[in-house]
Amino acid sequence: MIGGLFIYNHKGEVLISRVYRDDIGRNAVDAFRVNVIHARQQVRSPVTNIARTSFFHVKRSNIWLAAVTKQNVNAAMVFEFLYKMCDVMTAYFGKISEENIKNNFVLIYELLDEILDFGYPQNSETGALKTFITQQGIKSQHHTKEEQSQITSQVTGQIGWRREGIKYRRNELFLDVLESVNLLMSPQGQVLSAHVSGRVVMKSYLSGMPECKFGMNDKIVIDKQGKGGTTDDSGKSELGGSGKQSIAIDDCTFHQCVRLSKFDSERSISFIPPDGDYELMRYRTTKDIILPFRVIPLVREVGRTKLEVKVVIKSNFKPSLLAQKIEVRIPTPLNTSGVQVICMKGKAKYKASENAIVWKIKRMAGMKESQISAEIELLPTNDKKKWARPPISMNFEVPFAPSGLKVRYLKVFESKLNYSDHDVIKWVRYIGRSGIYETRC
Amino acid sequence: MTFLYLGHNCATLGEIFELKAELNSDKKEKKKEAVKKVIASMTVGKDVSALFPDVVNCMQTDNLELKKLVYLYLMNYAKSQPDMAIMAVNTFVKDCEDPNPLIRALAVRTMGCIRVDKITEYLCEPLRKCLKDEDPYVRKTAAVCVAKLHDINAQLVEDQGFLDTLKDLISDSNPMVVANAVAALSEIAESHPNSNLLDLNPQTINKLLTALNECTEWGQIFILDCLANYMPRDDRESQSICERVTPRLSHANSAVVLSAVKVLMKFMEMLPKDLDYYGTLLKKLAPPLVTLLSAEAELQYVALRNINLIVQKRPEILKHEMKVFFVKYNDPIYVKLEKLDIMIRLASQANIAQVLAELKEYATEVDVDFVRKAVRAIGRCAIKVEQSAERCVSTLLDLIQTKVNYVVQEAIVVIKDIFRKYPNKYESVIATLCENLDSLDEPEARAAMIWIVGEYAERIDNADELLESFLEGFHDESTQVQLQLLTAIVKLFLKKPTETQELVQQVLSLATQDSDNPDLRDRGYIYWRLLSTDPVAAKEVVLAEKPLISEETDLIEPTLLEELICHIGTLASVYHKPPSAFVEGSRGVQHKRLPARAGSGESAESPDVGHSGPSEAPPAVIPSQGDLLGDLLNLDLAPPTVTVPSVQPSMQMGAMDLLGGGLDSLVCSSRALGGDIGGSPSMGAGLGAAPAAMPASLGSAPTVGGGLGDLFDLGGGVGMPTGSYVAPKTVWLLAMKAKGLEISGTFARRGGIIQMDLSLTNKAMSVMTDFAIQFNRNSFGLAPAGPMQVLTPLSPNQTIDVSLPLSMSGPVMKMEPLNNLQVAVKNNIDVFYFSCQYPLSLLFVEDGKMDRQVFLATWKDIPNDNEAQFQIKDIHLNSGNRNKYVLDRVLQNYSKKTNVFRDCMQKQMYDSTSVDSLVHDSLLLKGSYDAILKIIIWCNRIC
Repeated sequence: MIGGLFIYNHKGEVLISRVYRDDIGRNAVDAFRVNVIHARQQVRSPVTNIARTSFFHVKRSNIWLAAVTKQNVNAAMVFEFLYKMCDVMTAYFGKISEENIKNNFVLIYELLDEILDFGYPQNSETGALKTFITQQGIKSQHHTKEEQSQITSQVTGQIGWRREGIKYRRNELFLDVLESVNLLMSPQGQVLSAHVSGRVVMKSYLSGMPECKFGMNDKIVIDKQGKGGTTDDSGKSELGGSGKQSIAIDDCTFHQCVRLSKFDSERSISFIPPDGDYELMRYRTTKDIILPFRVIPLVREVGRTKLEVKVVIKSNFKPSLLAQKIEVRIPTPLNTSGVQVICMKGKAKYKASENAIVWKIKRMAGMKESQISAEIELLPTNDKKKWARPPISMNFEVPFAPSGLKVRYLKVFESKLNYSDHDVIKWVRYIGRSGIYETRC
Repeated sequence: MTFLYLGHNCATLGEIFELKAELNSDKKEKKKEAVKKVIASMTVGKDVSALFPDVVNCMQTDNLELKKLVYLYLMNYAKSQPDMAIMAVNTFVKDCEDPNPLIRALAVRTMGCIRVDKITEYLCEPLRKCLKDEDPYVRKTAAVCVAKLHDINAQLVEDQGFLDTLKDLISDSNPMVVANAVAALSEIAESHPNSNLLDLNPQTINKLLTALNECTEWGQIFILDCLANYMPRDDRESQSICERVTPRLSHANSAVVLSAVKVLMKFMEMLPKDLDYYGTLLKKLAPPLVTLLSAEAELQYVALRNINLIVQKRPEILKHEMKVFFVKYNDPIYVKLEKLDIMIRLASQANIAQVLAELKEYATEVDVDFVRKAVRAIGRCAIKVEQSAERCVSTLLDLIQTKVNYVVQEAIVVIKDIFRKYPNKYESVIATLCENLDSLDEPEARAAMIWIVGEYAERIDNADELLESFLEGFHDESTQVQLQLLTAIVKLFLKKPTETQELVQQVLSLATQDSDNPDLRDRGYIYWRLLSTDPVAAKEVVLAEKPLISEETDLIEPTLLEELICHIGTLASVYHKPPSAFVEGSRGVQHKRLPARAGSGESAESPDVGHSGPSEAPPAVIPSQGDLLGDLLNLDLAPPTVTVPSVQPSMQMGAMDLLGGGLDSLVCSSRALGGDIGGSPSMGAGLGAAPAAMPASLGSAPTVGGGLGDLFDLGGGVGMPTGSYVAPKTVWLLAMKAKGLEISGTFARRGGIIQMDLSLTNKAMSVMTDFAIQFNRNSFGLAPAGPMQVLTPLSPNQTIDVSLPLSMSGPVMKMEPLNNLQVAVKNNIDVFYFSCQYPLSLLFVEDGKMDRQVFLATWKDIPNDNEAQFQIKDIHLNSGNRNKYVLDRVLQNYSKKTNVFRDCMQKQMYDSTSVDSLVHDSLLLKGSYDAILKIIIWCNRIC
């Protein structure tokens, strides 16, 4: 299991050091600093073995978090734990920075004591932790016996992510379908790979211990329900350019509140939600993706000192919808000496420090087209190596789900309290963003 | 929050004094701030142990936060101040009784972390209570505490009966208690490999599976990892567990998913392949594995390392998912390299066009390692997918045109392999390669280029010039290049003997006279003599047809792969090494292995039975690279046509001997047992086996100072018995190194026939057939006199004993050591190489009587300077005499040497009886057999 956990600043100074196992000596802290943080070349692996001691590290801005062990631990678990540790810290004191860590080091030690025991991760749900790690030490003494046992049963219990007795005057929930669409396209416009990775993020303000049921246009479910289900939906399809009623989900993963065995057997998503913000599910689709934009590059080398670049972007969704925050990034060679850009829409600038032309458009409606052309002057070099031509990348945000996913229902049942599904105010929003959206040129 | 974070430049004496004062302050707030400062200093590595008593004084507080800080301090310094740590015991014990479960748990958790004997003693009672506490939070903490205590004092844990209490917790009503108990028990069980601590039976498994649905994500990992060690009784149980584990594949936590994959991969082994469920399960595995690739980079890396294993074990799972492994521009380098590896493994005729297009794209990237690997990958594709070879070659040529130095070098290395795989197909590109000769500065690329020039010397007009240019800086080259250059020039000479005589002379003298490298010298001498004695033979040897290379070379060896599959998700799967390779001590050293498929009758076997290591020292395994292998590769593996059936599957060795060697082996065993050499001759004679018999008495062995005459006298003695000493079988080839085939064996001489007794054991999962054996050229021309007869297929875990008659008619090459024998064994899976050593006595013939005149004449033929005399001391023969042996020796012409030596052996010009009995006797006396061998080898070496 995890033998110790260290946090360093960018210089390699130790900010936090907690050793859980006797086989980890004091020199382990230094070994990591010398061999990884101060190593001259780029990090070649997130797992490093130094003198039969293994170090796992992740970086958050310029802070290094390293877990160390001498055993054959579950490596996936160690990384999941490190990410979780970051989440917990963020939930307690915001951004992970040297400043924040120094100011909260007592809290961090307290957390580390609680969420890792002898190197075994324990309950790390912020909701549960916040009930008893409060930074107000004295307060815990004032808990009544009932409160104490409530805390412990939440920390160890089946529903570790929610406490009893939550009350809201207005029962409300917000559902965000956030998708990032990823594309790799050849210069000829052939889709080399495309997938959508989506998340369903919820904010729930519900009283009691509500039982929720979430439904979407999952092909397997729709097909199972037969015609009744599909006709119901067909009238409502209104998003994007898609007319399809159901989508094939390649794979999905759920927050630990979802009953996985029920999903496996009936494909129904039922759960008791945590209070507040959380991510209900993640999913991935690869079939019938709506690619919101098409990038058509044209690069011509004129002699050895000049490049002509023309890039056309076409929006491919309903004309009534608006895409926002569009940004096209056209890489330029390292020996660029000057750039002249002409674009019909938006603003374009050559950024020498980033070796790219950045073209920004605030808004663009569906089924439109826009173009940029640039002349790039090059310095003559004797570098034999050809310019690698990195792909043209794009960023945008569209108000629909490129996968075609639609929320069919989210039902709330709370038998003990007197509010029904109809009383809950529900909001649904779809946002499609670019993930890695690249076209080779 | 207002306190100072202490930098690195503090904890001076003054500072400590100041802190001391603050710690002893009456004000609670001030105290707390002081403790915080102490912890801050501790973090940056300052020694604040001097404050121990002052900090411990702050322990008695109702402020939980302060208490936790003091505990943190205690955990750090208690070990260095054991006497003072006792001061804390009372508080701990008291806290363990506190009404607040959080405080009870905190106390027991902290006590377990203090590795001081006296504190440990006091821990037992509170721990016992906490294990049965009414609050689940306390119980789950106590469960882990048992593991802590076990780490400090294992005996104490056993004596106090904590293990049984821990086992009871597996049935606890709270899922987290169950999970922690499982984690603790698994850890303890790991350090007691043979204990039945984690007594997994269908009932406990059922409890674990129930808890799996309810506990935290971490608990699910503990439980799944524990489940993976279970061995289901039959395929039905295996299926039902799989059914209950599959829902975990949808968990958001990647570690839960990977651990579930591990359980499924393992238990799938037991399911019959025709079962519908088997197919369903295979389909269910792909999507979650692909989803892992959308996780954070570090997890992607772990996932990719595991997918690499899974793809090797079950390629069908991900065969349609090639695209997801395409490299993204922004992937960290470690993710890129791993993806590339998997792309090659998944490459097939169906997707090769796409793959090649990608690889070409990657070859223009920035990172040198990545580009190199991409170029190499193109070569591997050519070898793997025959249809694509042409396209690969043209892609490589395009890359060579870029003139990027490392791309060119890498391309040339892989083109060499392509030539090996498809001889006489792509030689048209040689001209392009030759253009880049000057830019090659890496040994591997230079060696590859030289190989190409040598191999195709007849088609390259200026091959001699090219090679000559390399020769100029011969001594500055690395060994790899030197060896390759030597061979290439010899090849050139054999192809164009007229123009290149000078060149070959030059390289031979450079290699043999001016080099300090024994490998190079040896190879030089071999070529030299080969060329000077028999150019035709030289041609046959040097220009022999080479066997084709296959794409399997980079696969992980199957036994290791199986073990790694059992470690999916763990560090072992990241390093691709068994845990024993990087974990110290006893932990994790057990080998895990996959269960056997239902029906093979092995399913009941427990998983932790490791592969039994060989009891004797393993034989020298031929290194996988270098010239040795090259020489072996030149061998033709087709078995000779003589048939000598001699196989009895699963026979005991004794019985085997009887059949193989006749009655005379009885003599051998009785001799070995009785240890009475004097008595044996009569027995041998009595049995009438062959011409056998020992010297009438060892007393007649040469006496001190007897000189040559004495030696000769022995000729009048009787020959040795045919069944001489047979060494017990030793393991020559480890299953780990030979995809599951284990070979042990020994040599014997029975009825005048040399025999190699082999035991072949199948430790792999599949049936082995089509065995064949071949020897490399060796010092005495040992060669199989017939094919190895393995008549029935060798099913898993079966052993077959084979006796292989050997002749001495094979090709001769001096080996180092002299009695070294390199063997290649082929079966339906692969070809394996190993080397073993035979006792020289094996070669001594029984009827070595020689006419006195002939002997003396032969003796005189040998120049005097080849004669050496020495005394063997401290060897006591039966008679107790100290004998002087004149172990002569022979010969002027090195290349003829071994033949003559062999002749001498057969004519018993050597006093073989004496040597053999000497050898034998020293064995009985537990003298050094090795030493004797060395003497013989030495006397041969002076030839």
